[in-house]
This record gives sequence, C-alpha cells and structure tokens, in this order.
Amino acid sequence: MKEYRTINKIAGPLVFVEKTEPVGYEELVNIVQSDGTVKRGQVLDTSDEIVVVQVFESTAGIGRDSGVRFTGETIKMPVSKDMLGRILSGSGKPKDGGPEIVAEKRLDIGGAAINPYARQSPADFIQTGISTIDATNTLVRGQKLPIFSGSGLPHNEIALQIARQAKVPGSTEEFAVVFAAMGITKEEENQFMADFERTGALEHAVVFLNLADDPAVERIITPRLALTTAEYLAFELGYHVLVILTDMTNYCEALRQIGAAREEVPGRRGYPGYMYTDLASLYERAGLIKGEKGSVTQLSILTMPGDDITHPIPDLSGYITEGQIVVNRELHRKGIYPPINVLPSLSRLMNAGIGEGKTREDHKKVSDQMYAGYAEGNDLRGLVAIVGKDALSERDQLLLEFADHFENRFVRQGHDEDRSIDDSLDLGWELLATLPEELLVRIDRDLIRKFHPKYRSKEA
Amino acid sequence: MKAESKGILKRISGPVVTAVGLDAHMYDVVQVGDEQLMGEVIRIEGDKTIIQVYENTSGIRPGEPVSNTGLSLAVELGPGLLTSIYDGIQRPLEVLVDKMGNFIERGVTAPGLSHETKWEFMPLVKAGDAVAPGAIIGEVQETNIVTKIMVPPKSKGGVVKEIKSGAFTVDEVVCTLDSGEDIKMMQIWPVRVPRPVTEKMNPDIPLITGQRILDGLFPVAKGGTAAIPGPFGSGKTVTQQALAKWSDAQIVVYIGCGERGNEMTEVLTEFPDLEDPKSGKPLMERTVLIANTSNMPVAAREASVYTGITIAEYFRDMGYDVSLMADSTSRWAEAMREISSRLEEMPGEEGYPAYLAARLSEFYERAGRVETLAGDSGSVTVIGAVSPPGGDFSEPVTQNTLRIVKCFWALDAKLSQRRHFPAINWLNSYSLYLDTLSKWYDENVSPEWNGLRTWAMEILQKEAELQEIVQLVGSDALPDEEQVTIEVARMLREIFLQQNAFDPVDTYCSMEKQYDIMLAIKLYADLAYSALKAGVAPAKIVTITAKNDLPQIKFTQDYKADMEKIHKAMEAEFAKLREALR
Repeated sequence: MKEYRTINKIAGPLVFVEKTEPVGYEELVNIVQSDGTVKRGQVLDTSDEIVVVQVFESTAGIGRDSGVRFTGETIKMPVSKDMLGRILSGSGKPKDGGPEIVAEKRLDIGGAAINPYARQSPADFIQTGISTIDATNTLVRGQKLPIFSGSGLPHNEIALQIARQAKVPGSTEEFAVVFAAMGITKEEENQFMADFERTGALEHAVVFLNLADDPAVERIITPRLALTTAEYLAFELGYHVLVILTDMTNYCEALRQIGAAREEVPGRRGYPGYMYTDLASLYERAGLIKGEKGSVTQLSILTMPGDDITHPIPDLSGYITEGQIVVNRELHRKGIYPPINVLPSLSRLMNAGIGEGKTREDHKKVSDQMYAGYAEGNDLRGLVAIVGKDALSERDQLLLEFADHFENRFVRQGHDEDRSIDDSLDLGWELLATLPEELLVRIDRDLIRKFHPKYRSKEA
Repeated sequence: MKAESKGILKRISGPVVTAVGLDAHMYDVVQVGDEQLMGEVIRIEGDKTIIQVYENTSGIRPGEPVSNTGLSLAVELGPGLLTSIYDGIQRPLEVLVDKMGNFIERGVTAPGLSHETKWEFMPLVKAGDAVAPGAIIGEVQETNIVTKIMVPPKSKGGVVKEIKSGAFTVDEVVCTLDSGEDIKMMQIWPVRVPRPVTEKMNPDIPLITGQRILDGLFPVAKGGTAAIPGPFGSGKTVTQQALAKWSDAQIVVYIGCGERGNEMTEVLTEFPDLEDPKSGKPLMERTVLIANTSNMPVAAREASVYTGITIAEYFRDMGYDVSLMADSTSRWAEAMREISSRLEEMPGEEGYPAYLAARLSEFYERAGRVETLAGDSGSVTVIGAVSPPGGDFSEPVTQNTLRIVKCFWALDAKLSQRRHFPAINWLNSYSLYLDTLSKWYDENVSPEWNGLRTWAMEILQKEAELQEIVQLVGSDALPDEEQVTIEVARMLREIFLQQNAFDPVDTYCSMEKQYDIMLAIKLYADLAYSALKAGVAPAKIVTITAKNDLPQIKFTQDYKADMEKIHKAMEAEFAKLREALR
C-alpha cells in the first residue's frame, strides 16, 4: 500500500493531503505518525488535487512527516455472534481485555436504507412496566422512540429500567441489547455497567463505549458501529434487538465540530445544514423487515440544552423518530420518579400496537381520556395560583384533583416496579372514576359499562 | 437525441460531484462512475460540470468516467402507475426488492412502468378521425380507474391512419397518424416542466375530505392549494393520511418526502385494506405512492416532489380530480439547502438558497382546476405539509409557503397534547376559498350552511376572548349569557371539531352529517339563549342532560333516529325548565 507524505494542512480533526492517486469518497484512511502510532480516518472530500481526511482520534502528533495510507475500501466492521457479552471502544476495539472480534462477516458501517416496500409495519406491543409509557405512550417492536431529557434528570435510570423490564408479553424469542455510549462520563458508564452486571443483562449485550475524554470525532462512528451490529444480530441472526444510544447531544456536538473545521456554511445555531439527513441515517436504522425474524428497536437518549425542546437537536430528532418520551424537571423536583411528562410525550406507533387482541379494547380511549383530563387539570393550576381553589367550579376542582392523583399514583412508581398493562389501565380507570361520568366524553358508553369500576364492582 | 458525451470525475463531496470534459446542458441526466449512478447537472462552470447524484457516492474516485444521456430527468407515464410505490426518481420499490433485496443498494435501475405487462387497450377513435395533442384516443381499464391513453402534448396531432384494439405493452404502437407518427400507451415527460393545459379555471368546487374542521370551517377547493404547518407530534401525518384516505378525488398521489420509513409502510399496509367510501374498492387502487425516506439519498428527495406532481398532472390531463399530498415540503427545502451548501452558494435566510421562494411558488403553481387539452375539466389539488423547526411559523419555508397557498391549516402542539384531534387551530387557520365555494354549499348542503359556519366561527372567536378573562377570574364570574356562550363553544370544539381518525365511523363524516351536527348545536344554543332571556339560571342550562348524548352521534353510523330523539329531548327539557319558572 502506498504511503503519502504530502500532508499540507491540518485543522482540528481534518487533515488535507495533496498529490494523491485517485482516492474514493468515504474511504478508510490510516495515518502513521513518526513514532509509529496509527490513527484512523475517513475521506470527506476527494479530488485529484486534494483529499480531505477526517481523523477519528486526536490529531495531536500528526505532522507533515506523518504518512497517509489509503486503504481502498470504505469502513467495514467485523461482526459475529461472539460479540454478545463484549465491551468495545467507540471505534470497535476490545476494551474488556478479551480477544479481537473474529469476523463472521465484514459489513459496511454506513448502512443502506431499508426499502420501504420491504419493511413490515411494527405492531408488537412491548411492555416496559412503566405506566406512562405502556398505557399512554406505548412502545412497539421496531420503533425508534427517544427520551428527551435535561442535564441532571434521571434519564439513565429510566433507560435502564426499560432495558431491564422490556418484554413482549407471551413471547420467548431471543433478545439482545446493543448499548452505545457517546461522550458519557466514567461515572455514568459505571452506573450502566453495574446495572448490566447486576441483572445479568451483559450476556445478551454488546457495549460500545466512547467516554467523555475519548476523541469527539470518534463519536461519529460509534452509533454506526452499534447499529451495524444491531442489524446483523436482527436481520441475519434473528434477534430482537434493543439499541440504546446515549447521548445523542454529544454526537451532534461532534458533527458541529467537524462542520466548523471544514468551514461549512452553518445552519441553525451553528449545526450543519445536513444534520437532519445525518440523524436520519442513524434513526431510520430501526424497524422490521418482511420475512425476517428479528427487529431493531431504538431507544436513544438526548439531553435538551437548556431543557429547550425547540433546540435543533431535539427538534430535528423529533421529526425523524416515532415520538418522544419527555422527562420533566418540575416533576423531578416534586420527587416523582419516573418524571415523565405525558403531555409533550408521544408514541406515533401506539395505535398499531394496542387494542383488542394486543393489549385491551379500552386502551386507546382510556389513554385519550387521561390525557385530556390531565391537560385540563394542569392548566387549572395556573388559575388556582391567581384566584384560589375555592373560586373554581366543582367540575374544575375535580379535574384539578385528578391531575394531582395522576402524577402521584399513575406517573409515580418504583425503580423496580414492573406494572403489567392490565395494572396500568386499571389504575387509569380508578383515577378516571374520580371524575363524573359525563366528563368522560372520549369513551363510548359500552366501554364505560364494561370497565368503569362503578359498574365492575356491581357485577362482582 | 443529442450525441452521448463522456467526461471524467474530478471531485467528489457527498452527493455533489464535479466532472470535466463533459458536454452538458443544465438538468441533463448523467451516469456517474463505473457503477453508472444516476445524477443530474446542476451547474456549469468553465470546463467543469457540477452534478447532483441520486445515489450514495461512497467509494467513488476521481478519474472514473461520467457520461451524459442528453435527456432531462423524466418519468414514464402510462398504465401501471396506479397502486405503485416509487422512490424519488420513479424507480419502483417493489421491483427493487426483487433486484437487490431488502436494503436499497446503488447502481440498480428499473423502469417506472412495467414494459412486459400487456394491457387491454380499447380505442375510442377510429381511422379518419382528427386528433389534436392531448386528445384521448383510447382507454385501459386498470383497476376500477380507467387510464386514458392520450396523444402526447408535444405531438403535432393529425388524422388517425390506423388504430388497434387488444392487449399491448406500453412500448407497442397502438395508433398511427397520417403524419407517420406512432403513438404508444406510454408517454415520457420531463419532471421539471409543467404539462400544458388549455386554460386554468377558477376553483369553485370544494374537495370534500370528510374532516369536519376542514370541510366545515376551512375548505380547500378542487385545484386549490393548502399548507399544513405544525411542529412534530401535532398530527401532520395523520391529517395528511386522513386526506389521502377520504378526500373525494379520483386519484391520490402521496409523496413521502424525507419522512419516516415506517410511515410509508403503514400507508402501504393500510391502504389496500381500506375502502374508498364512494367506489367501495380498496383505496390503494386509486393511489400512487412516492417514498423517499429521510435516509435515502438527498438529491432524489429533491426530485421526488417533481416526480409526484408530474404524475398528478398526467391524471389531471385525463380529466380526473387529483389530490397530491406532499409530506413534507420542509424536507424538500432542506434537500435544496443541503445541495446548495455543497455548491458553496451564497445562502439566503437560515442557510436556505435564495431561490427557495421561487421553487416553492413554481411547485404550488402547478396545482389548479384546468380545462385539459382534450377539453375536459380536471384538477390537481396540492396539500403540502410544512415542518417548521421548533414549531416556529416565522421560519422561511413556512413564510414562503404562506405567501402562495390559499388555505392554511395551522396545527397546534397544545391541542395535540390535550388529544384534541385533528389538532388544527381554528383561530389561526384560514381558507381564502370561502367566497368562491359558498355557492356550492348553498346548492349542495343547505342554504343555511354558510350562515351556520359564520355563526360557529363567531362563537369560537368570542370564546377565545372570554377564555382570557376566565384565566384571570374563573368562569363563574362571567355574565350569564357568556357562560352559555362558553358552553356552546365547548360543544363546538368537543363535538364538531374533534374527530377521531381511528374510529371506524368517525374517521369520515359526510357533509350531511356535518350539517346535522352543527344544526343540533345551534338548536341547543338557540334554546339556551331564549331560556336565559326567560329567566332560567345559566347553571341549569349548561347542565341539561339531553345534550350529553350528542357526542355519541359521531360514532353512530345510522344516526338520524338518535338525532331526532336528541332534538326532542332538548326541546322537552328546556320546556320543563321554563315551566318550572312559572
């Protein structure tokens, strides 16, 4: 392999090489420093005059005397079933002292788009044991549902609880977890690893770790390695894979860093104009394929800078993912765990996964009714602050109480409390029963007669 | 056809590549690299030709060949379009699965129409008839829709020398003119050029969608334009899909432009099972889908809306009413921005290219109710979803769209959080077609309809003002009359405006039922105000039980008898209230 010593510019993570033979776009590059260390990079722009290489590790130590080798192929990763139970670095190197991965296959990490015609509609209900997700923002197999959180909120605990408890009721199929950390701290890593070990989840997991002090640019490939592994496990080996990506905000920061180094015209708040397309190339790698056994379900975590849901990172994510679970600071301050605010939360695939034969026939209507009641009750809190509780009509007072009950009984649950969907819905009915029946306009009479505690107890 | 010209690749930067030595014209389709990826010329600079590539360019090197086909990006139009699903450049996705498996690889081409299928062609003209460009010479019964075979618009026309009947492929000649011109069932049309029409007409018939808030309050005309802007999670896609399902157009073209893969799959699995309320046939039979999901190449996303509207125009030329949904035009604009920034063009607002407004207006202007070349009337209604970042309507795509479209259905995240669906804000939305359509409503619904509509809007507007006071002092502090107004407005919101797209009955509401529901609410309001005048306490008026059955009407198929009962019960209950005073 030819080695070039024609570096003419280094700027941040970018290395500019001149006078090369034709080099392919997105080709893998090895840069050899004078002390012998080899660093990896990827071609971002290629022409017969100059080639721009983005280096995944720190460019410290790279100089005009470093050698550049173009490998002639795009980045491929070795995958195999033995990856389960392994801990790898953000660029896929073993980090647990174990041997290198022996490849059963080498796959392009870019990942081709699933042909929409080949996709299968996700419709299998996943029970997470968390009421605010199961009953009101249902997760289904093959969905990409992110957790929108803020700094200092317990999103990691929620993600872990989901990873621990998630199951498809009545199914015994093989499952696996692919965990990709981008720029998280050592402490957060310990938290995740301790939990994986405690629950024995590590056996079924592949872990990719890019920590806060690892090179930022490496974060660009970490989620791609994780998703390539997930697709291999799902569509070649038939596993049901849950992918946890954390923290997408760090990924986007890395993207911005490269954009700035390339002197690109920035989009909103300095993030590159192609961030939507780039994020889509990650998030869209979830789903089911007709005729294939496995599935890829994505649960990504992102911290909203300043708790601002209109910030470009949560905003663009929300347009791609199939809903979002929003973690709320106010609920957290009230001491409620999990502090999920159902109002801005949403699961777009919910309707496909619920109802008769899947969960329960009253699921949709109960969920809608609780939303409506909680939204109205929540609004009334603002009014109470001004006029006092006594000035409210009887109806409004009931709604106000409903909102309190909703938070304290429905939202709140223990870290290890695994509620079945029946429990969650029954709890919903119990709360709805505190409201007069004529306020339940979103539920048909028949369902009210069948499920309302008032009529149920009569039957019993 | 121009002679094929060959050049050499010089630079590759994402979806934009530069070639030298190529003899090219703007928007020529070129084949890039050893794998012959499809691309389009978007800029010419000295000897350099800049090309946007519709497929992933990784691994392509400088020095690989580029050849020019000399043609512009075009679609194949003819029998076989209906029920198809295409990517942004009209490659049939179903065929691609067979050719390259579950994932979309590159360098594979497939024609838009099947060139093997034989279609039963029925001639409608005979030898000796004179036919002009655009004239209908025959038809093919495809699904329950008839695809009409036309003389291509660019033909000179003439007298029919020979016309055949029987089964043919789209490539076979079915008709010969005296000029020696052969006419096939397939036409090829460049996507960036609007298909010609005789005349554009005034849109004065509403597109009935079965959605109460749209048909009732903010109707769009057949051949009109509408925009649905809204933050994520406010129900744009559900609204678009409801329109695709229930609008009374004969043909629906649905463009999933840079959106989610699973959503397109949902349409694909759902539409074949859903029935067209008019024909009783599966909705899929009248539908053409274009799916260029967010992770498919960005240049093909840019092309997808043109592909879609050209197909829509083709059906319009047969005399059909076509509705076209583009979800989402913001993704299309972002594709333009991405390509523009790779070209290092001077950016306009928020990094979007300076020609954003021009492109948007060119696109929406392709909508319209027209007299076709054949003398029939047809229409293309364009309904574009807009996804404003952060739900901020002041951003460039929303603003430039609003300057063009006549109908604005403002989605509101606050409403969707309360599960008020469709989450269309009745105060911010508008339709500029009300005047032109009022005659139709007079004649086809009721002469009272337009009055009822204005009355409902007034109540809702009044409620918004009152709510501000209620927020401060509580509802009990309002004067009696206004307490009743609040109650009437609540009924309008919860009974008329809210509609459950997932309920088998409520998902589609006929114009007649819309009128009946509105009438019942008006009846309550009239009875309530007159009872109030007679001295009945507002608390009693607001809590009458007879109106509690009204919401159930929405979920009842044969509602007439129940409605009758509710009317009677309301009248009786109010009469009782007044009697109690005496």
